Amino acid sequence: MTSPDNSASDRIDVRYVAHLARMHLADDEVARLQPQLEQIVGYVRQLDELDVEDIEPTAHAIPVQNVFRADEVRPGLGHDVVMANAPLARDGQFIVPKIIE
Amino acid sequence: MPTLNQLTVHAAADLLARRACSSVELVRDVLAAIERTDRQIGAYLTVDAESALAQARAADAARAAGDARPLLGIPLGIKDLLNVAGQPCTCGSRILQGYVAPYDATVIARLRAAGVVFLGRVNMDEFAMGGSTENSAYQVTHNPWNLDCVPGGSSGGSAAAVAADEALATLGSDTGGSIRQPAAFCGCVGLKPTYGRVSRYGLTAFASSLDQIGPLTKDVRDTALLLGAIAGRDALDSTSLDVPVPDFAAQLGGDLQGLRLGLPREYFIEGLDAKVERAVRAAAAQCRALGAELVEISLPHSRYAVAVYYIIATAEASANLARFDGVRYGLRVEGADPIDQYGRTRAAGFGQEVKRRIILGTYVLSSGYHDAYYLRAQKVRTLIRRDFAAAFQQCDAILTPVAPTAAYKFGEKLADPLQMYLGDMFTIPVNLAGICALSVPCGFTTAQLPVGLHIVGPALREDVILRVGHAYEQATPWHREKPKAAKNRA
Repeated sequence: MTSPDNSASDRIDVRYVAHLARMHLADDEVARLQPQLEQIVGYVRQLDELDVEDIEPTAHAIPVQNVFRADEVRPGLGHDVVMANAPLARDGQFIVPKIIE
Repeated sequence: MPTLNQLTVHAAADLLARRACSSVELVRDVLAAIERTDRQIGAYLTVDAESALAQARAADAARAAGDARPLLGIPLGIKDLLNVAGQPCTCGSRILQGYVAPYDATVIARLRAAGVVFLGRVNMDEFAMGGSTENSAYQVTHNPWNLDCVPGGSSGGSAAAVAADEALATLGSDTGGSIRQPAAFCGCVGLKPTYGRVSRYGLTAFASSLDQIGPLTKDVRDTALLLGAIAGRDALDSTSLDVPVPDFAAQLGGDLQGLRLGLPREYFIEGLDAKVERAVRAAAAQCRALGAELVEISLPHSRYAVAVYYIIATAEASANLARFDGVRYGLRVEGADPIDQYGRTRAAGFGQEVKRRIILGTYVLSSGYHDAYYLRAQKVRTLIRRDFAAAFQQCDAILTPVAPTAAYKFGEKLADPLQMYLGDMFTIPVNLAGICALSVPCGFTTAQLPVGLHIVGPALREDVILRVGHAYEQATPWHREKPKAAKNRA
């Protein structure tokens, strides 16, 4: 995977990005998304016309820093409550596909 | 004599306090209205009539024992992304079909403590992504003013339920306009509070730096009452602000003497529907007649807001929605290995708009593109914040349209996502700046569709925009108009 620079074209490798997002896409979905995404990315590239060299980025509009609470044990949801929505569980544990032979 | 479901929250609270009606009678009228009209409207995903009546009986018993909490026994509808313990919470998505909320969101816990009755779940665009509620995986919601039109979105069910008198009021959420735009499309009042004013704990996250919960109501006083009930610091949301919550409702009243209202020249532009513009300019003139001074202001970077939003919101969404992997909750489609299982589960569980935004958000965060898109967007977000800070040196609040058009027909914007996104151009800057804004009915188009006035205030100055909205509303007839569409079709 080569690292593209800022002057890269708006061509998006939809299948590769879908892989990063852990989301399978059907061929017809890729065909539909491709031009839509490229149109949207073309639109957002209008931000390139602004000089933002010395501008601080905003991560949160209302800055709040160092929010602490007392380091003490507090009650949480019960184990059975947390497991109640699990699509597949056994002995109070989530079941996942085997990853080690 | 109107039926009880047509009442505002404060009018119903007055009747309850005077023992002129009971909560059970109130809830019965609301349930009857849902039964009568929701087949046409489609606002509710689920109604738990039995539970609502049980809550109402409990409220009546408490009142008989001397309980006088102001919201005791008031029935509300809840957008389907706020967790109410024991009720479904699907976020309008297949991937959460069958999910039952294990706990109350903080806003729900506060309303429950205030004695509110929870009617059921109202429809929305999947994961709050959309402006028409057409992206719900479950059903279409119709605009009560014209059943061929969308109710707006993403809180379309919240707005339609209020407009059709199927709830006294509802809660929604607003990431880029999702409370204010449907409120405008359906002719009700909607508030996006200041970021941090209301705890987001128990709100299914879409874009965490933009999301806020707020009320949709029949008048401004109800919005003030409900905001007072849900606002305030919460230890479970570290971004909630530790600031006093004024008695917003008690501060309403009076004219607009001494207030300066800004009209941003960049917002009255080509593409703005002529009838919408006329209604908003007439509303500004009405505010001047009420004593406000109108000043022209400039928000030069607003034109970049939609571009900034569709980078930041999708980036945050792609991270937030990574939790839906078929392991701990929700849909699960088996695969050969974990990666394949995630891929299949998410392919089957998410709809087209959510997939589009996850892909876009993943792309703008991916290696080599992060600085070009995400970092740059965050910097332009700073410029948009600065625009508002400068504008609020010149005025106390800003008046704009909520949306460039009134409600449109189903399917009209589905094929062109960018056009749908541009419908949020007036509301998005408010979320990016983290400030507050109110949508208030300000007239109708010639097609009898409601138009919304957008009143934007500085951070934590909900009192100012509620004062402006209330004075305007009390001087105009718009909020008292009721849609006829649902009844005509019945």
